Amino acid sequence: MQYNNYSFLLRNLVLRDFKIRYRNMSLGVFWSLLNPLVMMGVLTFIFTQIFRPPGVEDFYLKVLSGIVVFNFFSLAWLSATVSIYSNAGLVKKVPMPRELLPISTVLSNGLHFLIQIGLLVVLVLHAGYGVNRYWLLLPVIFALEGVFVCGLSLVTSALDVYFRDMRYVVESANTVLFWLVPIFYTFTMIPQEFRSVYQYNPIAAVVLALQAVVFEARMPPAPLLIKLPLVSALFLAVGFGIFRRLKRNFADFL
Amino acid sequence: MAHVILQSVSKVYTRQSRQFLFRYVWELLRGQRRQRSRDAFYALRNISFELRDGDTLGIVGHNGAGKSTLLNLVAGLTAPEEGLVDVEGRLSALLELGSGFHPDLTGVENLYMNAALCGMTRQEAERAFDRIVEFSELEEFIHEPLRTYSAGMVMRLAFSIAVQVEPEILLIDEIFAVGDKDFQKKCSDRILEMRDRGTILICVSHAADTLRELCKRGLWIESGEVVMQGEADEVFDAYLSRKEAGRPAS
Repeated sequence: MQYNNYSFLLRNLVLRDFKIRYRNMSLGVFWSLLNPLVMMGVLTFIFTQIFRPPGVEDFYLKVLSGIVVFNFFSLAWLSATVSIYSNAGLVKKVPMPRELLPISTVLSNGLHFLIQIGLLVVLVLHAGYGVNRYWLLLPVIFALEGVFVCGLSLVTSALDVYFRDMRYVVESANTVLFWLVPIFYTFTMIPQEFRSVYQYNPIAAVVLALQAVVFEARMPPAPLLIKLPLVSALFLAVGFGIFRRLKRNFADFL
Repeated sequence: MAHVILQSVSKVYTRQSRQFLFRYVWELLRGQRRQRSRDAFYALRNISFELRDGDTLGIVGHNGAGKSTLLNLVAGLTAPEEGLVDVEGRLSALLELGSGFHPDLTGVENLYMNAALCGMTRQEAERAFDRIVEFSELEEFIHEPLRTYSAGMVMRLAFSIAVQVEPEILLIDEIFAVGDKDFQKKCSDRILEMRDRGTILICVSHAADTLRELCKRGLWIESGEVVMQGEADEVFDAYLSRKEAGRPAS
């Protein structure tokens, strides 16, 4: 099969996911905004009214920045993991590059992510934070997060065809990660001995970079800027490698 | 130059226990070819044929003979355990009614989606759009969601896309079972026209008569093995006489 041009197919797959998700819902794409706002409201209530950690300025904004990044990661990863299975009709009966299924799912979640980033930017500017030159780094950092999720999803989606438990593994991993990403606490609250663990958590790295740029108007720490591209590229390469081997007989197992 | 070449192709299925799965995935990851095990079941055994531009092959056989598995192999949807499958050229496959369609998307959205799945670029799809809609005779409904379509309408849309993407290789699995006589006629005319321009055609059916008009060559398989291969009329006649005699072919 020759595909001179995957971009049209990819575009169609991304838009299909995006359109279907909220079609026939009265609030439509506003759910993209409501979900993180609800989360932000609950977490802010609990951690300013019930638990009272040492005063963090603009707590709600820091919570939101963490949630937006984490939500993209967890939703994209989970839905991409089941993407081969949920597109069984395509995989079994239509010859196409199967890699495009998890990747398009991640990208379509990326569209929702962009909407949520828009919300964050509006609230951040409204709270009086200014734009600084490090903002230019943010699209790169978000893109790297996307690359990382793609790599991870290529592995888990391929494994999910053979072991349907994969989706529960991903769900559990997401639950654990939620607590291990500085969403409702700051990096400085983490005891020294555990900080190194966070260094190897790309999602925590993205949140820390985002918070450094937006709230402190400073360059994200250099080791983080070096590790993130390396880890993302590594995961993508490994992901493609594993997927290529496992996709051979997808159709027989769906 | 498009071609479809199968050399001594076999497709083996194995009973899928949990233990088996772990070993299977491990072997895939290490890039090994599967060892044959005691539980192995041959869905296809030792199939060979060679098709070049303008060749048309009709595959007949009873239910479970392995016809659809054979098409899946040609389409690259599944890989053979033994032998070689060599397919070159733009391929369009009508293997299942409406695969790749989504009920909540409109006819137009589904049309573009499927044109893309057939390997079209955006420009090609936009150029083919009017032709596809016209061929499908669905002008009035094309902006409606697909769930409002009847099975016949879905088939018309799917078929119109598949024959208008100008494939070099066209695979059809029992698709003529749906749709009215007029549309069937229109489709077979279009397929004949494509054949004359060099499209390779592989059709599968358990009803040999529907294939006579379209195919010059015939292949009869039962239980995954070739019973007869050659001129379409001879193969189909033999298949039909065996069928009428009421003996299930071995």
